[in-house]
Amino acid sequence: MTRRNTLAWFALKQEIEDFLYMEADLLDQRMFREWLDLLAEDLVYFMPIRRNVKFGQHAEKENTRQGEGISWFDEDKWTLGKRVEQILTGVHYAEEPLSRVTHMVSNVRLLEVSPSPEDATGVVVGSRFLVYQNRVEYETNIFVGRRIDTLRRNGDSWLIARRELILEQNVLLAKNLSILF
Amino acid sequence: MTTILPIDQMIDTAKGTISRDIFVSPEFHREELEKLFTRAWLFVGHESQIPNPGDFFVSRMGEESVILCRDTKGSVHVFLNSCRHRGMKVCRYESGNTSLFVCPYHSWSYTTDGKLQGVPLYRVLYEGQLDRSEWSLIETPKLHLYKGTVWASWDPEAPDFMTYLGEAVDHLDQVLDCRDGRPGGSEVIGIHKWILPTNWKFAAENFLGDTYHNPSHRSVDMIGIGPSARAGQTGRRDNEYNKGQHVWVSYPQGHGVHSVWMPEEFDYQAGYQQYPIVDEYFRHCFQERKKRLGDKARIMPFTGNLFPNTSYHGRQPRGLCVWHPHSPTETEAWRFFLVDADAPAEVKDVLRRFYMRYSGPAGMTEQDDMENWLYATKASTGTIARRYPFNYQQSMGAYKHNDPIPGDVSVQITEQNARNYYDVYARYLKGDGWESLLGRGEAARQAAE
Repeated sequence: MTRRNTLAWFALKQEIEDFLYMEADLLDQRMFREWLDLLAEDLVYFMPIRRNVKFGQHAEKENTRQGEGISWFDEDKWTLGKRVEQILTGVHYAEEPLSRVTHMVSNVRLLEVSPSPEDATGVVVGSRFLVYQNRVEYETNIFVGRRIDTLRRNGDSWLIARRELILEQNVLLAKNLSILF
Repeated sequence: MTTILPIDQMIDTAKGTISRDIFVSPEFHREELEKLFTRAWLFVGHESQIPNPGDFFVSRMGEESVILCRDTKGSVHVFLNSCRHRGMKVCRYESGNTSLFVCPYHSWSYTTDGKLQGVPLYRVLYEGQLDRSEWSLIETPKLHLYKGTVWASWDPEAPDFMTYLGEAVDHLDQVLDCRDGRPGGSEVIGIHKWILPTNWKFAAENFLGDTYHNPSHRSVDMIGIGPSARAGQTGRRDNEYNKGQHVWVSYPQGHGVHSVWMPEEFDYQAGYQQYPIVDEYFRHCFQERKKRLGDKARIMPFTGNLFPNTSYHGRQPRGLCVWHPHSPTETEAWRFFLVDADAPAEVKDVLRRFYMRYSGPAGMTEQDDMENWLYATKASTGTIARRYPFNYQQSMGAYKHNDPIPGDVSVQITEQNARNYYDVYARYLKGDGWESLLGRGEAARQAAE
C-alpha cells in the first residue's frame, strides 16, 4: 500500500491538481485545440445516464454502462475532435455565439498511483466538478458531479486516458450538453 | 362543443398563417391537455422494455406519469401513476420488476393488473364501505401493441390504432421493421430524457417534414459526423438514397412524413466505411429487404411525426422521440433508440455510437435544433410578436393525392405537412368527433365541393 503522508505523495497530488486546473482553464479560455492535445489517442470519455432505481440496485442498475447502449457520452478522441471542429466552424448555432463557461474542480484525491508516488507514470484521480454555463443573455446551466480521470505521464505533463463524468441529474435539466467537461 | 378561442382565425391554413399564440399561450396549453392529449393515440413504450411478467417501465402521456406494465399473466397495461386514495405516485422507479405497486403514502397496494389489493386496516376502517374492485389503478381504455411499440389513448371512443395510423403505417414500418424487411424485431437500447425550454409543437413540426431547416445543420454537414465520417466523408449521415425522389407526405389523421421513393431499379449504396462488417451486414439486409418487400422496399424513410407528438428517425439514426408538454414553453423530450434485436454486436456498437453523436442534447446535429426551438419560443412570447402570425405559405397547393404513393404527396420541400397537421390540431381543439379527427369529415366536405 502506498503511503499517503510522504512528500512525494503531496508533490504528486499538487502536480495533478495543477494539471487539472490548467486543463479546466484551457476549456474556459476556449483553447479547444490545445485542450485536445491533452487527450490520449485511446481516450475513453464517458458520461452515463443516471436512473432512479430501488434501494439495493444502485451498483447494478443506477448508471448506464460504458460500451453498452446509450449514455450521454460514450466516445473517443476522434468524436471529441469533431465536437471541437464543429464549434470552430462558427456556424454550430448551439455554441454560436460561444457560451461563457467556468469549470470548478475540487475534492481532488489520488485514488491510484502507479508504480509509486516517486516515479508515477499513471494515476487515477477523483474530483468534483461544478460547471457554470451562461449563453446569449439569460440561459444558464449548472452541471455538478463527480469525475474519475485516468492520467498517463507524458514527459513533464500528463495525458487524459479515461474520463468518467457522473452528472447528478436524471432527466437532463439543460437543453443541451454542448460544452466540454 | 365550442371553444373560448377563435381557432379558425388563429390557424388559417388556407391563407398560410398561424398565430404565435398556439405556441406560447397558457390557454392553448390547457386546451391541448384537455382536448387533444386525452383523445389522441400516444406512444408509451416498447415491449422490449418489459419482456417478462411483472416488468414495468414508467412513461408519460401528455403531462402525466403512467406505468407501462406486463402483468404476472403476461398481458400489457398502461396505468395512471397515481394512487386512488390521495394521488401519490405508486411507482417512482424508472423500470424494474414487481408483483405489487405499493403507494408510499398510506400503503395501498395494487397488483400488476392494476387491482387494488392491500388497504391497511381494511376490516376496521373500511369494511362495508370501500369496494376494492372499484378502486383499481386508472387504466387507459385503449391500448395497442404494434411491432413492439405500445400505444394508448384515454378516449374509450377512439378508433382502433391502425385506423388512426392510416396509410402512414408504410413509413412507420420502415422504422420498426428489421433492416432486412422482416416485420418488427426492434429493441430499445437506451433512452434520453431532457427538458427543452420550448413549445412541444416546434419539435413535432421539425420532424413532420420541415426539410427547409437543413441550413441550421451546416456545421455537422461541413465536418462530417456520419457512419462514414472516419473515412473522410462529410455530411451527417451516409448518402443511402441518392437516386431517389424525396417525398413529403401528409395524411388525414394529421401525420406527416419525409421519405424517399426510390426508382424501380436501385442498388445498395455503400455506407459505414471503415466498418467492413457493418457495411456487409447492411448490404445483405438491403438485398433481403428488396426480395421480401417488393415495391414497398422503394420507400426509404428520413423522418416523420405521428400525430400529435411522436416523431421518428427512420434509418440514420433510428428511433422514436416523444415530446411531452410541461407548460406552453417547456417540453420534456424522451428519445427511444432502436436497433434490430438480432443484429450482430459490432453493428449495434457502430449504430449506438453514431446515435449518441447525432441525437439528443449531446448530439452534434440536434443541439442546433434545440437552440432554434428555444429562441423561436422565447421570441414569440412578446406582446408585439404575438400580433404577427407565423408564415406557412411554403409550396401551397403543390401536392398530388396518392401519387406516387398513398397520401397527399409533395415532391418539393413543403409546409403542406404542417398545414395539414394544424388543421387536424384545430379540429381536436374544437372538440370535433372522430369522423372529423380522422379527416373523413374533411374528405367528405371536399368531395361535396
